[in-house]
Amino acid sequence: MKRARKRARANKMGRSENQHIILRVVAKLLIPLIAVYGLYVHFHGDYGPGGGFQAGVIFASSIILYALIFGLDEAKRVVPPSWIRVIMTLGGLVFGGTGVATWLLGGEYLNYTMFAPDSTHAAGQHWGIFAVEIGVLLTVTSVILAIFYAFGSRGGSRRPNNAPNLSDEDKS
Amino acid sequence: MDLLSLFPEWVLVHGPAAIVVLPLMVGALIALSPSEKLSWATTWFVTGLSGLMSLGLLLQVISHGPIAYAMGGWKPPLGIAYSVDGLNAPILLLISVIAFVCTVYALPSVIAEVEPEKRSPFYAAFLLSFAGLMGMVVTADAFNVCVFLEVSSISTYALVAMGSSRDRRALPSSFNYLIMGSIGATFFVIGIGFLYMQTGTLNMMDMARVLQDIGPGDRVVQLAFAFIVIGLGLKLAMFPLHTWLPTAYAYAPSFFTAFLAATATKAALYLLLRFTFTVFDPSWHFISNALMVIIAGLGILGMLAASLQAIFQSDIRRVLAFSSVAQVGYILLGIGMATTLGLTAGYLHILNHAIMKGALFLAVGAFWYRFGITKVSDMRGLGTTMPWTMAGFTVAGLSLIGVPGTVGFVSKLALAQAAAENGWWWAIGVIVLSSVLAIVYVGRMIEQAYFQPVPKINDKYIKRNEAPLTMLIPLWTLALASVAFGIDSHWPTSLAQGAAQVLGDGPILLVRETMPAIPAIPSTGGH
Repeated sequence: MKRARKRARANKMGRSENQHIILRVVAKLLIPLIAVYGLYVHFHGDYGPGGGFQAGVIFASSIILYALIFGLDEAKRVVPPSWIRVIMTLGGLVFGGTGVATWLLGGEYLNYTMFAPDSTHAAGQHWGIFAVEIGVLLTVTSVILAIFYAFGSRGGSRRPNNAPNLSDEDKS
Repeated sequence: MDLLSLFPEWVLVHGPAAIVVLPLMVGALIALSPSEKLSWATTWFVTGLSGLMSLGLLLQVISHGPIAYAMGGWKPPLGIAYSVDGLNAPILLLISVIAFVCTVYALPSVIAEVEPEKRSPFYAAFLLSFAGLMGMVVTADAFNVCVFLEVSSISTYALVAMGSSRDRRALPSSFNYLIMGSIGATFFVIGIGFLYMQTGTLNMMDMARVLQDIGPGDRVVQLAFAFIVIGLGLKLAMFPLHTWLPTAYAYAPSFFTAFLAATATKAALYLLLRFTFTVFDPSWHFISNALMVIIAGLGILGMLAASLQAIFQSDIRRVLAFSSVAQVGYILLGIGMATTLGLTAGYLHILNHAIMKGALFLAVGAFWYRFGITKVSDMRGLGTTMPWTMAGFTVAGLSLIGVPGTVGFVSKLALAQAAAENGWWWAIGVIVLSSVLAIVYVGRMIEQAYFQPVPKINDKYIKRNEAPLTMLIPLWTLALASVAFGIDSHWPTSLAQGAAQVLGDGPILLVRETMPAIPAIPSTGGH
């Protein structure tokens, strides 16, 4: 009984404010580091292991960690689901658009050499892969988040975005 | 050729990539489209454009021979190659034309069947599915096939599930299809993996060249063939692996059912042809045995068993779905003969069956659209209440039976001739028997529609309520095509002969002409 009353009070004050202080502080320290590490993996992909796919997962996991600690609604306020759909598409279009750009430059689809045909050290390939990887990063990040949101909010896309979440308040 | 000169040079060079990239990118774009009308119009435009490009490629192939395209400018054995030849150009045209024709029909049908906020994503998923099928057919890279197989399959699962706003049974059927389809894709990938292990290359032509050096005795190659046949068998609904098909066809949105029935199994059938005849060598004993015993044998089993099952279904869509399994059986019988005539007949039936089954499913969707009819017993009096739709259904149904003057007759006759030439007289008996069964299941529906009284509501006969023109035009386009190509079958037959010639030439020819000789990479295991 006592615990239930305590929880109710905590709910009134905003559950995440009072509980899990250690988790919150540590997460606040870690989240930017994870995000930066994601970007490091992304840009390092040019020279070593890494690239948009792995970086996208790492970057998305920083936001997922935020959602785990501060709640899904908070996370949705930071990265709204409507953005995710746009970013998802944008990533695909950046990738595909790189190919269209090479078409316009007169090469085959995704023939990156067209970006710098005179380069002796394949600079075109470098720029092409760079552009394509940004598309991959955007799409992978947003798809991972979309999957997490879809599972997390149970109702999936059926429910409007501003509908109340299934939390303690709803149950009482 | 005069028609060919109308196509810009760019299309003929970059067409193989453009027919895949265009729907893929536009599909992503219209997922964001605020208006469903806009999505529909874009889809229609894109499928139409792909159809035109496919036509250009087909004409180019007929007059100038195969087209090869190096993705990203990487030369074929190393990079991903797309190629269009006599075998896949007609399939590309078929898929894009069916998509174009069906999209016209989608406008009223999707409004009736799919929830408003899901309509733009519906068209987006449809374009992805379309792009996946085109990619599966156009690519000459074995792993790229797997990728596009998944692109088309995953969007297909979603589209089948979208039938759930009409009938909740779409959800379990989509899940069933997802499980079966994933098993199929996995088997296919394992097969490709084994081939890669033995040949060290993923380019189909290069693979064929290395396989010639390895020879038929290699166990891993034999295993790879088995995995590929089973994986594709699941995708193309080869008889005992067809269980996902009837429910998926029955509960998907009717526009998509028509597209799926006309094209999805056809793309998998094309891959079966491509792998069996041009990657592997059909003269190898284990392949010729598999063709004769498994492919033709299961084809015949499917022709009989699925036709019998079709007779006892009460749902129209399930009747037609089981009939599809039976018709795949005809195609497999033709392929199993492995003679030029047999392959021509099988390939011809791929094209012909797509036309007539597309028309039939479009008509069934129109029945539902006007009267909510899904059961054979509810078709009473449709000849009076929806005369034009029912007439279109009847034309396509007669074609399914194989009445002279329709495409069904042309391909069945070709198949019977091939069987006779091969000395398989019993196969002719099976074809006739299966056609008799088709008379029963199609006749059952036609009898209901024309010889049963119009049902009454409140003591009044139901009034005539024809399907809208946007549904009738696509339906009749396909129905008339099935008659036109039935009367003058010269063009499709010549396409099928061209394809059979590519298959007959076997694995070597294309390799010598287009591939620089790169020694086989010895398999080292490891990754």
